[in-house]
Amino acid sequence: MDSKPKFINGNTPTTGSENGSDIDSDIAAPPMPWFGLDIGGTLTKLVYFEPTDINTAEEEGYKEVETLRTIRHYLTSNTAYGKTGIRDVHLTIKQFEIHQRVGNLHFIRFPTNDMHIFLQMVEAKKLSSLADTICSTGGGAFKFEQEFKDVVNMRLEKYDELNCLISGIHYIDSKIPNECYYWSNLDPFNSEACEKVPFDFRDPYPYLVVNIGSGVSILTVHSRHKFQRVSGTSLGGGTFLGLCCLLTGCQTFEEAIEMAASGDSTKVDKLVRDIYGGDYARFGLPGSTVASSFGHMNISEKRDAATKNDLARSTLVTITNNIGSIARMCALNHGIERIVFVGNFLRVNPIAMKLLSYAMEYWSKGALKALFLEHEGYFGAVGALMKLISTKSDQKDKSEPSQFEV
Amino acid sequence: MATQFQIIPPGKFSFKGNIGKNGSRDLNIGEKPQSVRINTLIYCMGDREEEFFNCFEFPPAPVPQEKEEEAVDWKQREGETVDEYITGLYLLAGHCNYGNLKEELIRDCIVVGIRDKKLQRKLQLIEKEDEMACLIKGCNFLLKNIPDEAFAFVRHGNPEYQFQTSEPNIFPYLLLNVGSGVSIVKVESEDKYERIGGTAMGGGTFLGLGSLLTNAKEFDDLLNLAVKGDHRNVDMLVKDIYGGAYSALGLPGDLLASSFGKTVRNSKQATGEAAHIYAEEDIAKSLLHMISNDIGQIACLYANLHGLKKCYFGGYFIRGQPVTMSTITFAMNYWSKGEVQGLFLRHEGYLGAIGAFLKGAEEDDTVKYQWGENYAGSSGLTCSSPPPYGKFATRGRSGTFDMLELDRLDHPLVHLPKLRDPGHYHADTVDLTKDTEARIYWLDCFEEAIDRVAKCAVKSQPNSEDSQERAQQFIIKYRKRLQELREQPFKVAHPVRKSVKVSCVFGISGKSSATDTSCTKTSSRSPMVEGQPHKLAIIFVDNSGADVILGVFPLVKELLNRGTEVILSANSGPALNDITHNELRIVIKRVTELDSDICLAVDENRLTLLESGSASPCLDLSRVDQELAEQCRKADLLIFEGMGRAVHTNLEASFTCESLKLAVLKNKWLANRLGGEAFSVMFKYER
Repeated sequence: MDSKPKFINGNTPTTGSENGSDIDSDIAAPPMPWFGLDIGGTLTKLVYFEPTDINTAEEEGYKEVETLRTIRHYLTSNTAYGKTGIRDVHLTIKQFEIHQRVGNLHFIRFPTNDMHIFLQMVEAKKLSSLADTICSTGGGAFKFEQEFKDVVNMRLEKYDELNCLISGIHYIDSKIPNECYYWSNLDPFNSEACEKVPFDFRDPYPYLVVNIGSGVSILTVHSRHKFQRVSGTSLGGGTFLGLCCLLTGCQTFEEAIEMAASGDSTKVDKLVRDIYGGDYARFGLPGSTVASSFGHMNISEKRDAATKNDLARSTLVTITNNIGSIARMCALNHGIERIVFVGNFLRVNPIAMKLLSYAMEYWSKGALKALFLEHEGYFGAVGALMKLISTKSDQKDKSEPSQFEV
Repeated sequence: MATQFQIIPPGKFSFKGNIGKNGSRDLNIGEKPQSVRINTLIYCMGDREEEFFNCFEFPPAPVPQEKEEEAVDWKQREGETVDEYITGLYLLAGHCNYGNLKEELIRDCIVVGIRDKKLQRKLQLIEKEDEMACLIKGCNFLLKNIPDEAFAFVRHGNPEYQFQTSEPNIFPYLLLNVGSGVSIVKVESEDKYERIGGTAMGGGTFLGLGSLLTNAKEFDDLLNLAVKGDHRNVDMLVKDIYGGAYSALGLPGDLLASSFGKTVRNSKQATGEAAHIYAEEDIAKSLLHMISNDIGQIACLYANLHGLKKCYFGGYFIRGQPVTMSTITFAMNYWSKGEVQGLFLRHEGYLGAIGAFLKGAEEDDTVKYQWGENYAGSSGLTCSSPPPYGKFATRGRSGTFDMLELDRLDHPLVHLPKLRDPGHYHADTVDLTKDTEARIYWLDCFEEAIDRVAKCAVKSQPNSEDSQERAQQFIIKYRKRLQELREQPFKVAHPVRKSVKVSCVFGISGKSSATDTSCTKTSSRSPMVEGQPHKLAIIFVDNSGADVILGVFPLVKELLNRGTEVILSANSGPALNDITHNELRIVIKRVTELDSDICLAVDENRLTLLESGSASPCLDLSRVDQELAEQCRKADLLIFEGMGRAVHTNLEASFTCESLKLAVLKNKWLANRLGGEAFSVMFKYER
């Protein structure tokens, strides 16, 4: 085999000249239902717009009105679908106005591995009788294209994922107050003291987007339409969960995070103080700095003493610190001070968020600010939804994406 | 004169392999009961004893009658050198995986183990803060003094190992010391450096996670697993996400998207130990990729930020492992778009120890020495002497640069000022790592000559009892080395190229080589030089005997008569039948008695002698004696005499003044290659 490491290509400079979050109201709205689909390496994200301004008479005009109602009812009356599909109820945006319609925006996710279950649902609910395409993004849009065609006879309209990500971020931020926030009162020894503070995102440029999915993509954003993938790493959420599964036998992300929350990484990692007895003052390294991730684990007694929770915590800290370190260096290299962290790795994961916040602040002596968005993992799917309603069906962006994010 | 020394510091604190054994021996407690030995060692190690103790395997007290062989091994042998000692320490330290601690532990060991009380006191004064200083000092030293120290690794390249020429100015550069974690240091000059960052993902992470996820508990075992593994079973690749469509996008499907991304459970795998469905080789490979990639990427980010183009890797993580080196190289090329170069060091693990040693040596002696690599005693890229003890013996494939023997030179060696492009100067005319035909020819020559050389050697020592036995050992060792070179030509690094030259210059074994009688043909030469007289000519002389008397002195006379001053530069140390500087002094004294012109010129300082700094039949103009280099600034004519100095080396070298390269091509094969017949006389004049 070729043992060369490979990366997601994406360094080709791309400026998103495309119409980002602007929705041309002249364009006729596509027929309901409105979906945006983002098929990632691990998770598939689905955004669904549920109109609440339904004019019954108008709706009765649809020939498939029953089908439409069935789908709406199925999605909005449940919070779980099958064994693994979840609707993130707390993220629902109510009274959301989009393309002269008002309704609720729902956020649903399921493991990409369960795509076949999703397809069964699509088939059972006869979605294909209402629409022949689904606007989609993410690598899976390519991978499952044929399957969608074969199983439910639907076409996946594929869109560049970075484009979707950025337009999704801007759209949600422009619509939703308090979407963006940061953590204040950072104290590595008392994480309870930290609190979320809203951040005014109206003029964020330039900023860095660090999208932590299975892997990580890092983009510089200089304006709504000017952005570029500048870096990334294969050490992302997939690495965290994959290693946790191997190390602890855990089954889910939530479980891994829960274990990590009660674990102690200092039983696993070798800290500066383990080597120097305290701070390494000459080089400005506090004793609590991790000197070697998993650095204690080559000693069998320490291996025996470390619990699964400790291992989960160390995995979380290792991956988070590494992402933080790369993000920080990217920000420095591009002279950028605001770093927006998104992606489903941050879901139910205040440990990682606080760690990132602290690391950005500490190592930059306060110059860098870590920002977070409430709808952390759904921007790609929102972006795909934007494509659906902002583009005439004959004008859809057919260009091959030049950039990929995982 | 310049004499060469091995680094054998005061008290010969040279011992090898197992510190438990050797520490015991050097503290003169080897015969004491085990508890006494342990306690003494622990006492000497101070507060580090716990970690240290964990990795000890104390041997039983030696019982000479039963374990004679082993006991012999423990003895400090004549000629054992500091590098063996350092090697032993590093083996142990690398083994123990103490990362940043390692430098410190090694220093402690030197302090504990050293016999010389004066040096011991000095070493104790070296504070923890000096670790980094030692590291930088060692790295600077290697880059400046050891030819072919740094190399780029190009997987599937020809050659894969691309050695860097030593440049007069090595600064600035980035040094990544990859221990259990990684320290990133920006080095701007001999004394100016700064730790600009680091990452906790290093060798300790590799071994730590590897110990948890595989049965390998030693670094090398884990590396060996990794080499056999296939990371694609564990990592999520582009094709896993994009499906079959990746090719349509021009993306290789093997692009790494998420390390360990495939080990994420999904609903299909209900229960059972997840780890068991993944081969530990694959896990180890993925780990190695993950960490190497990360280090390469972070190196680039720091290099970019500080505008640096060269990153050197020290520490014990890489160990010459091609998978690691190619992964790091790939990552650096990818993330810097080829702007930042990742360079590996043959002696990556020695930086701190060499620095500490030099620091100690400097404080002991204010004379500025220069050091050179002793090729005969150094292992180059191979592991020439795997330590014989227990688990250390398994080190095998990795950690290959484990033998460095240094010669101490009395004068600093510098680049010859007249070199047109010192940064790109290669002494060697033919790169044997690239030139397959030449390599095979010379290796064949060596192979055929082995028995003859051994016979001569035995004959030369009629009074030695064990000469036969030693000759036999030589034959075995030499044959093995040649075989290695055939199999892994990239290992034909400097040391071996040099021996190639040694033999070909003298026709030791060239298949069609003549005897050195051909030299006498030069006797009929009566050189005439025309045109404007030169101000100062430097002649690099070759053989003693007829060559210098009948060949060089007439030329010298001619030049002197034209009003040109002449410097004769002979080797500082002996090499085959080359005349040495000291011998030339004797010769010239005799000549002045016979020749009034020469006598007058010597008296008036128009004819002077300066040593070259070399002790080889070849001439490396990036390493000549400092005084010669100083005088050379005024020279307007350089003359290189003989095959070693003018053909095997420097044939293609270009200078900022006139130069003349002359030789008799005594080797048929080589002569044909250069487009001539055997015994052709070659003159190459350039201005």
